[in-house]
Amino acid sequence: MIKSLIKSIKEYKKQTILTPIFVSVETIIEVLIPFFMAYLIDNGINKGDEKTILVIGILLCIAAIISLVFGILSGRAAAKASAGFAKNLRKDMYYNVQNFSFTNIDKFSTASIVTRHTTDIAFVQMAFQMIIRVAVRAPLMLVFSLIMAFLVNIKLALIFLVAIPILGIGLYFIATKAHPIFEKTFTTYDKLNNIVQENVQGIRVVKSYVTEDKEINKFYKISGDIYAGFAKAEKLVALNNPLMQFAMSVVIVLISLVGGKLIIGTSLTTGELTSLISYAMQILTSLMMLSMILVMIMMSRASAERIVEILEEKSTIHNNENPVKEVKDGSITFKNVSFSYVDNKDKLCLKNVNIDIKSGETIGIIGGTGSSKSTFVQLIPRLYDATEGEVLVGNVNVKDYDLKTLRNEVAMVLQKNVLFSGTIKENLRWGNENATDEEIIKACKQAQADEFVSGFPDGYDTYIEQGGTNVSGGQKQRLCIARALLKKPKILILDDSTSAVDTKTDSLIRKAFKDEIPNTTQIIIAQRISSVEDCDRIIVLDGGEINGIGTHEELLKTNKIYEEVYSSQVKGGNDNEESKQ
Amino acid sequence: MKNQNNNTPRPKIDKDILKRLLKYITSNYKLKFTIVFICIILSTVSTVAGSLYLEVLIDDYITPLIGVQNPVLTSFMQAIGVMAIIYAVGIITSLIYSRIMVDISEGILKTIRDDMFVKMQRLPIKYFDTHTHGDIMSRYTADTDTLSQMISQSIPQMFSSIITIVAVFVAMIVTNLYLTLVVFCSLLIMLRVTKSIASRSSKYFIRQQEAIGKVNGYIEEMINGQKVVKVFCHEEKAKEEFDKINEELCDQMYKANKFANILMPTLGALGNLQYIILAIVGGILAVNGIGNITVGLIISFLQLSKTFIRPISQISQQLNSVAMAMAGAKRIFELMDEEPEKDNGYVTLVNAEYVDGVLTETDKRTGLWAWKHPHHDGTLDYIELKGHIELYDVDFGYEEDNLVLHDISLYAKPGQKIAFVGATGAGKTTITNLLNRFYDIEDGKIRYDGINIKKIKKDDLRLSLGMVLQDTNLFTGTIKENIKYGKDDATDEEVINAAKLANAHDFIMRLPDGYDTVLTGNGASLSQGQRQLLSIARAALNDPPVMILDEATSSIDTRTEKIVQDGMDKLMDGRTVFVIAHRLSTVRNSKAIIVLDHGRIIERGTHEDLLAQKGTYYQLYTGAFELE
Repeated sequence: MIKSLIKSIKEYKKQTILTPIFVSVETIIEVLIPFFMAYLIDNGINKGDEKTILVIGILLCIAAIISLVFGILSGRAAAKASAGFAKNLRKDMYYNVQNFSFTNIDKFSTASIVTRHTTDIAFVQMAFQMIIRVAVRAPLMLVFSLIMAFLVNIKLALIFLVAIPILGIGLYFIATKAHPIFEKTFTTYDKLNNIVQENVQGIRVVKSYVTEDKEINKFYKISGDIYAGFAKAEKLVALNNPLMQFAMSVVIVLISLVGGKLIIGTSLTTGELTSLISYAMQILTSLMMLSMILVMIMMSRASAERIVEILEEKSTIHNNENPVKEVKDGSITFKNVSFSYVDNKDKLCLKNVNIDIKSGETIGIIGGTGSSKSTFVQLIPRLYDATEGEVLVGNVNVKDYDLKTLRNEVAMVLQKNVLFSGTIKENLRWGNENATDEEIIKACKQAQADEFVSGFPDGYDTYIEQGGTNVSGGQKQRLCIARALLKKPKILILDDSTSAVDTKTDSLIRKAFKDEIPNTTQIIIAQRISSVEDCDRIIVLDGGEINGIGTHEELLKTNKIYEEVYSSQVKGGNDNEESKQ
Repeated sequence: MKNQNNNTPRPKIDKDILKRLLKYITSNYKLKFTIVFICIILSTVSTVAGSLYLEVLIDDYITPLIGVQNPVLTSFMQAIGVMAIIYAVGIITSLIYSRIMVDISEGILKTIRDDMFVKMQRLPIKYFDTHTHGDIMSRYTADTDTLSQMISQSIPQMFSSIITIVAVFVAMIVTNLYLTLVVFCSLLIMLRVTKSIASRSSKYFIRQQEAIGKVNGYIEEMINGQKVVKVFCHEEKAKEEFDKINEELCDQMYKANKFANILMPTLGALGNLQYIILAIVGGILAVNGIGNITVGLIISFLQLSKTFIRPISQISQQLNSVAMAMAGAKRIFELMDEEPEKDNGYVTLVNAEYVDGVLTETDKRTGLWAWKHPHHDGTLDYIELKGHIELYDVDFGYEEDNLVLHDISLYAKPGQKIAFVGATGAGKTTITNLLNRFYDIEDGKIRYDGINIKKIKKDDLRLSLGMVLQDTNLFTGTIKENIKYGKDDATDEEVINAAKLANAHDFIMRLPDGYDTVLTGNGASLSQGQRQLLSIARAALNDPPVMILDEATSSIDTRTEKIVQDGMDKLMDGRTVFVIAHRLSTVRNSKAIIVLDHGRIIERGTHEDLLAQKGTYYQLYTGAFELE
């Protein structure tokens, strides 16, 4: 796990290595200062030697300045290394996500990918900076202070050997005990978020059923649990400081006691006594820091694991060697195609599908929810790979094409489509970066979008908000169709892309397609019979299998499912709305 | 531990907010906080006293004995004992206050969360319609977290730091005036340096926070549209743009952290320098016998000066988190200060029965309901709940000066079905929002069984109106709990009957745990159609005389749609119903169809009437068949 993370250090290797080195120098000097200080007191002040006081004093000043310089250097290097590391991690993750196939994307939820890029990286970055700064400093300080203490007086230094394990065990105990309680309480915390979210979203339900008090009581229970959990954990953590104080006091009292006797017996000086007390402080502080690192690492471990999961995810779809870079025509062939999202032959979504679609043909697809209509068409631009059998476009297996070539020629308007923040023009140019204004307007006219776009005060320069919230569902769908048209593809697939468009406009779009792009193979998935009835052929899908193929009239006569759907729609009229939220 | 990476410093501390926060402490935890207060003082003083006592120990108990043959150690041992007691007091008091502080801070957080939630439940729908969900949510999470940091850590720490500084300073002056002057000078330098570094770092932290927001926004948008990115082979472009903002974030992050990282070593080095200068000055003064300086005094003074540095750097660190907490608290109090939903209604809904042909109130659940209408003159009227709704010349706008409904007049007699038809934004949903008083009308009148709905208590009004909304909202809990959401005392039999009526029983029985299947995440494990069936069952169980149905619009397949439709039909039977129709198939048997356009009624009548008129409805209706 750590290996894949470390890879992202890249150009910040220098800073990453320099930081602990700078920190080490800083630490060593910091440890030396009390030692010289003792000398200053004993040989300078006690003996009244002004010269010694000045010489050692100036030496100490220089030492302090050097430690400052290295402190600043290490602080800068650490900031650079950690910010850079985070940047590279984010970049590596994001780049890898760009290489994801649809299968990979389906595996992670959008929200989880976003959290991994943000919160998780922040955790790991913090842990990283902590490690390169403190993980070296704390043990170094511990060891050096101990050595210095032993150099000053072996007998007294032995006191540390008793105190350190006691404090260490205590801190470790607190950290490990508190951690599971925190973890548990964090899940309760999720519950709290959940109930707030439910209430914010469902406030109309709450208010119309007049269940405010019921919800409040539910909330009280959860917030009570959180109170209890955090209070328990925090109380454990609150032991840290007194414990530290306790260890410190015991050490100081013992040093004073034993040291006092030694001074009286003239085998120790007062200067040595004070420097020992300084070392005591440094040793205990470094233990405290170590326990903080421990907690940090524990907390960031889960985040690191989640990041690595993305970094190590391998795309399931790659270009073949020597890919074909040209799509000859818009013909499509399915040869014994079966497909499973989970790559399990017992859970097939498409079963043994065979069909030949000629270039320029229009094909309609009808079928209930779960009949795998979308799955069927997604195999054509190779969004997924067939589990069994072959999918051919222009008589070449889709796996042999260069992905970019294939997807540029097979334009697909997805069911769950998205516009991005930016102007309408910018959004449309996704289809073709170099499209001229005329081409854009032409595509919009075909998609019946020109009229409403021109109606906006800013026309084609109207800014689309994130998620396309400032256009209606039907307008969004038409813009998405125009965007796909700009690719001038050989095959155009509409996956239920006019569901929010009123029937009249829907038919105008189809008419425009028929008149203006007759040579483009079109595949139209729809819920409404009216959207597909004038197609050359209509495929009825049921449970992942082709139930019938034929023209509208043929199917009405021969296909039971088709006939059923038709009569249910015609009997009662049809969708009447321009756009449904 | 809840708040790890929020370093946004907003350097201003609002006094009013601080006062209000402190009020939470003082009003609920007076005794506990007083104990904490005393303990902090004791613990701080004992720490300072501890370092001071070292001087006494060395000067009075150790130095006189140096070189003495067979020294008498009793007084020395006593002194050590005193020292141990001083430390013990410090440890015990700090143990007490840090544990009590946990109670206080977690308790306050609970109170604040509870207060916020209670307040939120009382807010009008308008608040939820005008604030994003994420914005409301973050007040419970991020904003409350900032408070936790401040109450549990910053307040006690800053308090103890200030006491330490004062105590140490007093002790220093008492110990030696000359040396105190040295410390005072270096203190001024330290404050200056801290201020300049901290202000730079806070400038970049603000920029860093902005950059983080930008990167998060970009990632969210791109990942949400990742499939579109793939379909359009837009990966390279997406990488390029990302690199740009990622680079900028890295830059701000580096600058912000650089200054933050430099602060501690700088203060540390300044502390060391001060220590050394003190030793030199003290030494020279001692050697020359100026100002009665002894070795012990210098040593304890050095000790004091070290104790002096720590609280300064602690305060500078805590100031950031206090400033952040202020920003969080501001948003929390904003929510708490929102105007709650007003209710001046006095007409209530009561169980009723006919006694000798006269409608009277009863405690029994009779299934018969009546409006209890007290009049000004003290008399009482009981009016049977029937479900007769009338709208007279209703005008309404969500914002002032922007009416979305004009002159709406219509009525529905008990048991009649009224359908609203029209484009998005025509005002269909708005009318239903007015019936249950989610919003109040601007002008005109709405009567329910002859009573102006403004006179009816909102809770009672809403209980008498059932709602099935377009977006189904389910709650975490079992299916059973969800169905009896509005009626906790319903029996299992009633639940099953309601589910059967809604055509939900069959699919529920197919679930592994049947009615006890636990739903989470708004019923994410169920299909759209199944969730709708549950919401119909939920409404059916409540059995209100008036129903508002907002038909679902998402593309569910025809077969499921039929089942849902059938469930709705059964629910509508025998009730006054307002339907917002998205499929004309459902409105044909309505008593009246109301066609809305831009907030006005443009056509009304039965299906046949409207077809005969050959107006908008006719066009809509025939639109589906135009290709035939």
